[in-house]
Amino acid sequence: MRLRSRTQRKVADRAARVVMVPAALAGIAVLAWILWEVISRGAGALNLDFFTQLPTPPGMEGGGLANAILGTLLMTVLATVIGTPVGLMAGIYLAEFGTTSRLATAVRFTTNLLMGTPSIIVGIFVYALIVLRTGHFSGWAGGVALAILMLPVVLRTTEDMLNLVPDELRESALALGAPRWRATLTVVFRAAKTGLVTGILLAVARVSGETAPLLFTALNSFYWPETISEPTANLTVTIFNYAMSPYADWQQKAWGASLLITVGILIVTVLSRFTLRDRKSRTWSR
Amino acid sequence: MNETTRQRRVDRAFRILTASCALVVIVLMGGILFELLRNSGMSMKEFGFGFLTSDAWNPGAGEFGAASSIFGTVVSTAIAMLLAVPLSLIIAIYLVEVAHPRVSKIVGGGIELLAAVPSIIYGMWGLFVFAALMQEHVQPWLGRWFGFLPLFQGPPMGIGMLTAGLILTLMVLPFITAVTRDVLQMVPPVLKESAHGVGATMWEATRHIALKYGRRGIVGAVFLGFGRALGETMAVTFVIGNSHRISSSLFDAGNTIASSLANEFNEASEPIYLSSLFELALVLFGLTLLFQTLAHFWVSRMQRQEAGSR
Repeated sequence: MRLRSRTQRKVADRAARVVMVPAALAGIAVLAWILWEVISRGAGALNLDFFTQLPTPPGMEGGGLANAILGTLLMTVLATVIGTPVGLMAGIYLAEFGTTSRLATAVRFTTNLLMGTPSIIVGIFVYALIVLRTGHFSGWAGGVALAILMLPVVLRTTEDMLNLVPDELRESALALGAPRWRATLTVVFRAAKTGLVTGILLAVARVSGETAPLLFTALNSFYWPETISEPTANLTVTIFNYAMSPYADWQQKAWGASLLITVGILIVTVLSRFTLRDRKSRTWSR
Repeated sequence: MNETTRQRRVDRAFRILTASCALVVIVLMGGILFELLRNSGMSMKEFGFGFLTSDAWNPGAGEFGAASSIFGTVVSTAIAMLLAVPLSLIIAIYLVEVAHPRVSKIVGGGIELLAAVPSIIYGMWGLFVFAALMQEHVQPWLGRWFGFLPLFQGPPMGIGMLTAGLILTLMVLPFITAVTRDVLQMVPPVLKESAHGVGATMWEATRHIALKYGRRGIVGAVFLGFGRALGETMAVTFVIGNSHRISSSLFDAGNTIASSLANEFNEASEPIYLSSLFELALVLFGLTLLFQTLAHFWVSRMQRQEAGSR
């Protein structure tokens, strides 16, 4: 470190402080602006029809996005049903059995890679895997793509949360004669329950706002999702299609759908964070 | 068969079940690589290595090259990282070292929420709100004062490479800030207090102690943001203009690998068109794998060095 005069050092410190406040304010102001635009432009589009009606043909006023809301819910549930059990089990392996095994090390590394894989790549993978083979777009394919995106998130959360459970708890269960699987699924899981549930909720919230993986898998549709073996309407692809259309009414619906998605995700995120923080503050203080 | 043997067998089965679920991750990763390779075979055979260097993109004539998409991906990511990394560091330092704890809590919480907002929302805002601002104010201003640079020439159209880079900046900002803030909060107070004790100013204690202590985490955070910027699709697709041209001006429309995929994948009717898009996807996948692996080894090398120096 170079030696500087007292004045120089004070000036540097003052300069850093002076730069910081406007930079932080600017960053936050822009981000608040985004939320404000979504709320103010989207609120006008939300009415009863929006939640209960099918879309109208291009250029016609009215109608709603009920089919897309239902489709997004369906595919998110499908993704959760597929992705969560696998993620939980894999997390159990890393935290309880594998820990330092070579497989576990490889799985941890690959999980990080999968987490960093762009979601559009996952969409294209599922297109090649399911859509090309079955010959048509489907809600199934969309759900599978979302499940693949959920998997690494659930896996990592599970491992982290199970690692927080003190070993004494496992030992006590085993000492009472419980087999390993029962000790894990009842005792350890129960101790880590809050963390696991919030972690899964966060993963669900994350995938429910994904667009890119659905573009080539679920596609979109103007009709009710009667079966998930055909193209399935969903909110995010609808936002994309409607925003790019020249119709003012569609663009407004896109803002409505944006508001709905944002609010939904933010509510889940806020609730989860509060629960997690609450949890952290009294983490095993015995 | 007695009870203990049965339980042991169930336990074994349970262990195998969990291990195979863990294996799913590796199988998936291999599957992605396999499918991308398999489906891009036709394009590889047709164009060879020239695919990576050719900027031709003419679906009608069956000519495809990845250069303009790779160029756009690199430029938009570079803009985002150049702006987002310093800004995120400044905001994180402000939140941890300077701001009143209550301010820090509220602002920090807001930033965490923004990391959860889906990318399509940034795209909507970028197209309908931010592009207009760029067209009416920012681009004319840049053109007037910095128009002598080739970077800022041409008509202000609102959408284009610069707008895409700025939207990406806003998208990765919350990520890098949130992680860096967590890293700085983990710095043991006694280290900072010692620095202050020997007379260091806030800035010196932060620069020489806190940033140095947390550099591994910060490098990780930067790579996290980098990976997101590289593969970000929807936000970019809305505002980049989607043109397969390489232009020196940041005002011009361009494309990234991800935005080309989003726009053209469902329209590709010819097998060679589809195969070229698969090869584009393979390039993007390869890039993200490469940088993540580099980040992994870099961070673990720093970890070893730190362990060695203590």
